[in-house]
Amino acid sequence: MERVAIIGVGQTKYERQKTEDSFADLVYEATTKAMADAEITIEEIDNVVTISNDFWDGRTISSMAVMDAAGAANKNASTVEGDGTFGALYGLMRILSGSYRTTLVVAHSKSSMGSLPIITNSMFDPIYYRSVGLDGISSAGLQARRYMDKYLVTEEDCALVSIKNHHNAKANPYAQLATELTVEDVMSSRALAEPIKLWDASPISDGAAAIILACENRAKKSAKKPAWVKGVGYCADAYYLGDRDLAEMDALSTAAKKAYSMAGITEPFKEIDVVELYDAFSYQELMWMEGLGFCDRGKAAKLVQEGVTQRQGSLAVNPSGGVLSAHPVLTAGLARLAETALQLRGEAEERQVEGAKTALAHGMNGSCGQGHCVWVLSQ
Amino acid sequence: MGQRVGIVGVGQTHHRSRRKDVNGIELINEAVQRALEETGLTRDDIDAVVIGNMDHFEGINYVDMWSVEGAGAIMKPIMKVTTGGTTGSSVAISAYHHVASGLFDVVLAIGWEKNSESDTTGGIITCSDPIWDRDYYAGAIPSLAVEASAYMKAYGVTEKDAARVSVRDRKNALRNPFAHLRREVTVEEVLSSPMLSYPIKLLDICPRTDGAAAVVFASESVAPKLTRQPAWVNATSVSHSYTYFGDIDYTSISSLEIASKDAYQQAGITDPFRQIDVIELYQPYSFAGLKWIEALGLCEPGEAPQLVWDGVTDLEGELPINPSGGVLSTNCIGATALLRVGEAALQIMGKAGERQVDAKVAVATGFGGCYWSDVMILGKEPR
Repeated sequence: MERVAIIGVGQTKYERQKTEDSFADLVYEATTKAMADAEITIEEIDNVVTISNDFWDGRTISSMAVMDAAGAANKNASTVEGDGTFGALYGLMRILSGSYRTTLVVAHSKSSMGSLPIITNSMFDPIYYRSVGLDGISSAGLQARRYMDKYLVTEEDCALVSIKNHHNAKANPYAQLATELTVEDVMSSRALAEPIKLWDASPISDGAAAIILACENRAKKSAKKPAWVKGVGYCADAYYLGDRDLAEMDALSTAAKKAYSMAGITEPFKEIDVVELYDAFSYQELMWMEGLGFCDRGKAAKLVQEGVTQRQGSLAVNPSGGVLSAHPVLTAGLARLAETALQLRGEAEERQVEGAKTALAHGMNGSCGQGHCVWVLSQ
Repeated sequence: MGQRVGIVGVGQTHHRSRRKDVNGIELINEAVQRALEETGLTRDDIDAVVIGNMDHFEGINYVDMWSVEGAGAIMKPIMKVTTGGTTGSSVAISAYHHVASGLFDVVLAIGWEKNSESDTTGGIITCSDPIWDRDYYAGAIPSLAVEASAYMKAYGVTEKDAARVSVRDRKNALRNPFAHLRREVTVEEVLSSPMLSYPIKLLDICPRTDGAAAVVFASESVAPKLTRQPAWVNATSVSHSYTYFGDIDYTSISSLEIASKDAYQQAGITDPFRQIDVIELYQPYSFAGLKWIEALGLCEPGEAPQLVWDGVTDLEGELPINPSGGVLSTNCIGATALLRVGEAALQIMGKAGERQVDAKVAVATGFGGCYWSDVMILGKEPR
């Protein structure tokens, strides 16, 4: 693979409800921040990929609302509907194809404006599944229960993830929920879908994120230290929840193996310094760590208990506070990529992981992690 | 530089107004199976899938995830690309980049729509800005009617001129076994068909269709092994410039002018009328078959009616447009622009059956969103 790098990143602060900002306002803020970060003008951006979803935006052709705010006028533009990591993947392909030098990838989210149960219910089969009332949270409850039963993981184990990430969020100025929690706080919080409780779940968030990808020649001249893309992989599992063992995540393992083989990584636990993964719920951080091959099945909880995944640990996971601390849907994966780029530059300020040389960013699509996308980046 | 890319297989459903016998996933699978049969490939040979449609028509969120069984994408890379009416061409362009990037060798592009399950105009209206545009934006037909009226006034073009375009495409559809509407019409029938929104009448406009298309893109190392004559991708271009309907200059379609000029430059086309052999134009209504071919640089503004009346764009003419019968005959929206690419590819591959014309260079376009345009140029030779 030819060399491509992230040369600029921008994020809005993530908040429960950004009443003052339209979709276009959010996209404009993230885009201009990313361009300022890269010290690049819109004239030098030669193509644009937006991440837009008609359901979350309540608009048909949702990318129409943000194209001019993304500076896409008279440029080659396209739209990926799915997590931001998938949009970034298309941006990467457009450079690797030799067609473009600099791709702006931007995602926005205003979950505050929609009804989460209705929007997430609409990802399920209209005949067999929707009428039973499945949505994002209740389906995750099924998966959490299955995973915890199969691998003897406890609710307290999951609580430790939530405690760590909300603590980490205190060092991240963009995070929405930054606080100190105890196991007791998490355990006694309101039940959402057994075994998931309020503090096990990510919040409803508004916000936007943007990254600028560049070809090798352009990246070598970039104002900031480039975060080089070393490997990517993505994969989708079966659709019907009943067709999958929800405790397993073959799609994630397949995506990770592909990314590792491209990046030449054989021992992810040893070779990767910092991970930003899509922890929409606390149990997911444990599951995805195992799917990413950082430990054996059912062993992630032990790593969390031992503090290995804390910012000062040997494998820092979600030093930004992760998705648990801010969940702008679709934008969240792009935020993971932006955070890893900052870590590799050594510019993550108070949330910086010392000596971060190789990083992993992860995003997902669909219910219960049906589709996954894995990026490996390095200095 | 990336790999060169060719189209090696095209599959499509027999398009109908209602496919009650299949659900969306089965509809997609029909097109996919045909594309695989055409190329002699199995599901295992496909490295990645790109799929697109318009969400609010079927009401399914994350269609890429929902469709995996029909698309043959279980345990494969799949992503969804969607840009409104241009979805099909955006999917094709994305499939091109998937292969050209070197990450994949064989990629399946899928576009589909089951319009019989949708309130099409109800869905389309919500593309407009809720504050500035939605109060007066009444959907695709009235919006196109504004364009047609402005064009007629500027160049003295008549409803009869547009009717001739409709006559051509509806006649061509008789030769396409997959087309949805297959009935020959006369200029008089078009003119006397029910008025929808002046000057657009029923026979000037495209139908709503249930259907799917699947197109296989392959790298230069693989494509020649899969088919004798791949349709090589010579250029891709996009112009998605407008955001507000109120900003549009209805006297020209600048997005198509910009995108086609860019694509011609990539493909080394300096005299489009002479160098292009066939065009599959995303032509949602008859007047576009006049104004938009002017935007493609085939003739000067206002001269398109003469070209069409002279039969130049007929199947037997010097530059056939829409030998498939085009969008006027089949409009499964998320598949519509991919069908343009697929039909253009069949022409280059020499596999267009009774609708075959003599073609070395073919142009496919996409139209959608806020007067957006996509252009793909295919050729017998790679560039």
